[in-house]
Amino acid sequence: MPESRDCDAVVIGTGPAGATAADVLTSAGWSVIMLEKGRNHLLSLDAPFAGLGHVSNDEIKALRRYFLGPDPFLEPRSYRRDEADGDRLFAGEVNNLPSTVGGGGFHADGKLPRLRAVDFKARSELGPIEGADIVDWPVDYDEMEPYYAEAERLIGVAGEAGANPFAEWRSGPYPMPAGADMFGAILTTEAATRLGYHPYRAPTGVNSVPYDGRPACNNCGFCAHYGCPIEAKGDPIAPLRNALRTGRCEIRPDAYVERVLLDATAKQARGVRYIDIDGNAHEVSARVVVVAGGAWETPRLLLRSEIANSSGLVGRYLMYHFQTFVIGHFPFRLHGHRGRAVTHLHDDHMIVDDASRAFAREHGLPYFRGGLTEHGGGGSPVMEGIYTAPGITHTREMLESNMRDRLWAFTVQGEDLPQATNRIDLDPTVRDVHGFPAGRATYDVHPHEVVASRYYAPQLEAVMRDAGAEFTFAATSPPLDGDRAGTRSASMSRHIMGTCRMGDDPATSVVDRWQRFHDVENMVCTDSSVFPTSTGYGPTLTIVALAIRACRDLAGLPALTSTRPQ
Amino acid sequence: MPRFLTDHEHRAVSAAADVLIPPLDSPELGAHPGGGALGVADYVDNLLAAFTVDPPLIFAGGPFSGRHGGVASFGEFLALSPNEELAWRTRIEGSRGIPEREFNGPTRGWQTIYREGIAALGPDFCTVGADEQDRRLRAQNELRAVLYDHACEGAYGAPEYGGNPELAGWRVIGADGDVQPRGYTDDEVSGRA
Repeated sequence: MPESRDCDAVVIGTGPAGATAADVLTSAGWSVIMLEKGRNHLLSLDAPFAGLGHVSNDEIKALRRYFLGPDPFLEPRSYRRDEADGDRLFAGEVNNLPSTVGGGGFHADGKLPRLRAVDFKARSELGPIEGADIVDWPVDYDEMEPYYAEAERLIGVAGEAGANPFAEWRSGPYPMPAGADMFGAILTTEAATRLGYHPYRAPTGVNSVPYDGRPACNNCGFCAHYGCPIEAKGDPIAPLRNALRTGRCEIRPDAYVERVLLDATAKQARGVRYIDIDGNAHEVSARVVVVAGGAWETPRLLLRSEIANSSGLVGRYLMYHFQTFVIGHFPFRLHGHRGRAVTHLHDDHMIVDDASRAFAREHGLPYFRGGLTEHGGGGSPVMEGIYTAPGITHTREMLESNMRDRLWAFTVQGEDLPQATNRIDLDPTVRDVHGFPAGRATYDVHPHEVVASRYYAPQLEAVMRDAGAEFTFAATSPPLDGDRAGTRSASMSRHIMGTCRMGDDPATSVVDRWQRFHDVENMVCTDSSVFPTSTGYGPTLTIVALAIRACRDLAGLPALTSTRPQ
Repeated sequence: MPRFLTDHEHRAVSAAADVLIPPLDSPELGAHPGGGALGVADYVDNLLAAFTVDPPLIFAGGPFSGRHGGVASFGEFLALSPNEELAWRTRIEGSRGIPEREFNGPTRGWQTIYREGIAALGPDFCTVGADEQDRRLRAQNELRAVLYDHACEGAYGAPEYGGNPELAGWRVIGADGDVQPRGYTDDEVSGRA
């Protein structure tokens, strides 16, 4: 007689990684309990699972009061560059992604690119770089294509097939046409095209037409960090609502997973223990544990639970995107606050060519790759004020609105090479409100990122000037010059990857090619912890595609296939 | 009628807000009434007195303000979880030696920072000249830093938090503020104007 369990799968985290897992597993008939440490501001947990209407175009709530969490007082994180910095340079807000039902998907502006074939095979196709551990992924693009297509259908991605000459083959069009072009992006894409680059309309997980029972976006501009008040953004409300509608999914918000529990063999998880909103402890038993807390919280949970780490690699190979910002100031207003924050991209700075190889060799590297370049604008009045100096400068700057309405930005999401010394571990003294050690990032850049940034930034400044900017400048995150201590030296990137690397060898990876932990047979990780390399693309669509693949395999559903058009 | 600040403190916050966000009437840039007229003191008072009402004045409601259609709901503040209340009471009131507020050490609360900082500005702060106000405020670094963040929030944030009276803060800088559920047309996104 089988042992009675609370559910087939307990899913830790309700962001894109957990939501996708719940959708796939419930569709296969599994019962799922989702545990989310944050609050629920997304949707009613009772049928018909309507939106709660808590999020709004409110800069104070979203950007100044941690409405979507985590509140750094309750859940501080710490940061240092290396061990020479001591225990930490500071504790507080570090790379925070929302801690709320919906996770990072709730606040992101939903740019959802696919990786290219070379991104899965950088080691074999481009080769090693000293000081980094570049490896091939144990999957390739052709295998991933049908999962990308399914992820785009699930979330609802608007885009323009064929517009990006560097994109891989697709088995079909995007589910929706692209939305409205932002005025500033029209200027910079025309300039980029004149100078030989290849901008295209960004694949975006925001409805351009009614889709999946949700309305078209009305261009309000409060995308990144806010949450969509009209549900025009599919990620992650679509998969969560799908899962809830099966009647086999229960979401428990304000449920902080303290640890994963193993059985007597120590090779099988039997469930988890969590703390509820009143501080009471509970256990949930399950056949399978899905960890989906994101590439910061997942290793923190595993290290706290002291499991799955025979390789010693849990938390290692922490990667962000090395962000290069190229800013142009225009002599007229750009109204960058209207529209989807970023409406165009180009891939040119990821392409290795003879000229970039020559620059790389001059700087001691065999090659380098930058990242996806976002054409974006926007800005909000409270933050514009805070970033301006007090006094009469403030008043003049706010009347002119130089920062908010006359700046346009390229953001390069530069590839960040995997280094074993870059890691998440447990801070020795800083605690969260539950009394558990804070996660700590130890992170410094590889010369690859620096050289790539210094090569591409001047090219992008030239594009910005050609578009009509009166003056331009470049900055990076983390910063390269000036004060590199304290809070200023931490990465601002919210693209967090690595920390539970995927691979075939249990000695050099944490999860296998189906994202099951080598050490714990019935535990799966569906978040970006599993990424072996960071690539130069935003991670979310790949998280969702991988999660569909891993969970279909877990549930015994057939693999998805697709046909390459002739 | 201030809830936490005394009448004198309320006037002092307004005067200090004018030091940090000074009024300006410029032929080429336009007019800005300054932080005092943009309701910064009322915003600060609402924040310092957030827990005198239930739900506390921390997270305004949603999804719409009613200014661009839809039912007005920003004014219906949202309830806090026990931990959110812990965090916001600690920020506002300080940790006061209460163990559950000091799991990473003590916190000086904004109520204390304002009360002590305003006292140190002197009883005649509102009547001395602008240069003297600036000098005294610079000597109160902790208050000045906290007030500047709050002044920007109050002057340019949603009016439901107490500042930005009649949207004057948004109007003078050409900001639209919240726009749901109207949003913008495709032409407003893509066109020059």
